[in-house]
Amino acid sequence: MNDMKQFLTFIRKEFAHVLRDKKTLLILFGMPVVQILIFGFALTNEVKNARIVILDQANDPASQRIISKLEASRYFEISHTVMNHEDLENAFKKGDIRLAVIFPAGFNNDLLHQNHASIQVIADASDPNNATTLTSYVSAVIQDYLSETEQTNHVPYQIQPQIRYLYNPQLKGAPNFVPGVMALVLMLVCVMMTAVSIVKEKETGTMEILLVSPFSPLMVIVSKAVPYLILSLVNVASILLLSVFVLGLPINGSIGLLFAESTLFIITCLTLGIFISVKTDTQQAAMLISLMGMLLPTILFSGFMFPIENMPLPLQWFSNIVPSKWYYIIVKSIMIKGLGFGAIWKETLILAGITIVLLFISLKSFKIRLS
Amino acid sequence: MRTIRFLLQKEFRQIFRNRSILVMVMVMPVMQLIILPLAANYEVKNVNIAIIDNDHSSYSQKLISKITASGYFKLTGYDFSFKEALKLIESDKADLILEIPHGFERNLVRENKQQLFVAVNAINGTKANLGGVYLGSVIVDDNNDIRLQLVQPGHFSQQPEIDIRSSNWYNPLLNYHVYMVPGILAILVTMIGGFLTALNIVKEKEVGTIEQINVTPIKKHHFILGKLIPFWILGNVVFTLGLIVAWLIYGIVPLGSILLLYGFVSVYLLAVLGFGLLVSTFCDTQQQAMFIMFFFIMIFVLMGGLFTSIDSMPDWAKTVTRFNPVSYLIEVMRMIILKGSGLKDILRQLGIIFLFALVLNSWAIFNYKKTN
Repeated sequence: MNDMKQFLTFIRKEFAHVLRDKKTLLILFGMPVVQILIFGFALTNEVKNARIVILDQANDPASQRIISKLEASRYFEISHTVMNHEDLENAFKKGDIRLAVIFPAGFNNDLLHQNHASIQVIADASDPNNATTLTSYVSAVIQDYLSETEQTNHVPYQIQPQIRYLYNPQLKGAPNFVPGVMALVLMLVCVMMTAVSIVKEKETGTMEILLVSPFSPLMVIVSKAVPYLILSLVNVASILLLSVFVLGLPINGSIGLLFAESTLFIITCLTLGIFISVKTDTQQAAMLISLMGMLLPTILFSGFMFPIENMPLPLQWFSNIVPSKWYYIIVKSIMIKGLGFGAIWKETLILAGITIVLLFISLKSFKIRLS
Repeated sequence: MRTIRFLLQKEFRQIFRNRSILVMVMVMPVMQLIILPLAANYEVKNVNIAIIDNDHSSYSQKLISKITASGYFKLTGYDFSFKEALKLIESDKADLILEIPHGFERNLVRENKQQLFVAVNAINGTKANLGGVYLGSVIVDDNNDIRLQLVQPGHFSQQPEIDIRSSNWYNPLLNYHVYMVPGILAILVTMIGGFLTALNIVKEKEVGTIEQINVTPIKKHHFILGKLIPFWILGNVVFTLGLIVAWLIYGIVPLGSILLLYGFVSVYLLAVLGFGLLVSTFCDTQQQAMFIMFFFIMIFVLMGGLFTSIDSMPDWAKTVTRFNPVSYLIEVMRMIILKGSGLKDILRQLGIIFLFALVLNSWAIFNYKKTN
């Protein structure tokens, strides 16, 4: 009973610390909001509005028809300046254009009389993803043009694929990144805040005062983590509210389950923060590790930016110990696909396992005496 | 001049004294630069496909073998009910389901027309889109083969064909590392430069040593310069390390002038350091400084065109990126390193970054108060 009271007092002390620093608090709550807005409205993996240039040396009905089709596509923004080869190269070097489509002279003639014509497509492949995507868009437009002429010619034996897009019929970005942002924000907030606030006590010397108190050292650490657990749950709620009401992304599965899994993930992150704080002595070191060491790997290895199956094998193995990867899969399954616990028990178990291992190592190396 | 020399001596001594930070500053970027480009691979290959063949005819078999032979697809499930195939999609084992309906071959021959059903997991829009396009092109190809086989030559006019000759400039092998390495290097240089300056000054505030400096006759700009120069040098060292890693591990040698590259990075570092200084004048604790820096760097990275192209952003977001110094560095690094762009190509960006440096640093000096 007395212990409980002490524990609550400590938690109150930590809350006072957190709430006193208004600037940090503002960032803590502002960050998820800004991120959801950026990801929701600014970022897209889709390639569109790419500036391209068309060199029409043919200027005949066929080339005109294809050009007007390219113009109609939202993927391209066509600048019509006719250029020679040298201008073309300069424009690429300046980054003014991403792709050039060149129709050779006599394009329509070749098509009508020899049934065969060619188009040259030059892409700025310094961004290879962009280049292949744009090239494939151009060929889709040309394919479309050809099948239009097929329709008028009554070609026999047509196979028509009917494509249905599951979960995300409008191919929006939100279903992919909202779970990603949740993983990212929770990971960084929890890890960094706990690590720094514990190391700060070490650095300023107040840790010694806490350790000589009759209160168990383990509880000192746990009480540091509690405020961040609550703050993070508030963040989860605000992200979900934003994504439902601003981005129009409904939660298809159980909200209770989502919160339970989020709590588990937050605890994993807090443990990671404690682990870092045990291993470092200065705030700068703790920050550098939790930031430089966490930011890019979390973005990369959780799989919401880059598909994990494309990575070399050792990195695929490594991604398995990144907690945010599992959380990302869990949130995606519950929120977007609307699956129940039966589909994600394995991921949950792995997260719990990572937490226990981290906790065990931190406790082992936690020193009650400072130096 | 003498004052600055002494200040520099002090700063360098402090930097070199803290070995663990120094090692982290040098080793972490190098490690990240080696590993991250390998991970950041956006090529869409290995689209996992599950095929439900209800027809089991020679045509459906031929189509399936065409799909598996195309190199884009990996067959992860074959011959399920649709329900079972959907399970594969739910557990992320398949990205695409192709359902070949019963009587596919017969209907195609008799009725001249037959549909195929494709269901795509569209949570990841790009992959879904490209997977659909790839599958479409394989089907068209198969369709043409069937036509050639069924139709006797001369019975119908041969289909017109348009050949697309595509060439990929600057990166003919479409190597994704080549694209990512300069971008990631830009981020690392920014993080090192920005964070360290911000933290450094705030640390002096937090432990109280800044008061000792404030009571000396050191001028504001002396103090700021004394903080800027060491980290400017450190930033350049990290950048050099990065270039060496890019060359040794990825074989990337800048096509353009190295001198121009350093010139741009030098001016850029001034801007980022200025930003760090400015943040530090607003903060009282390292934790605050860290969080505010982190908040901005996050936005800078996401809006910098490293992972997603700026062209595709809506207009308001494009306007925001104009105020993002990182977007200029990423752009210029890629231009000089990959395309060999020259001074006249990057003049605009250089001017803007210079402006950034000027504004941020003057603002920081203006905002730094020797008295509370």
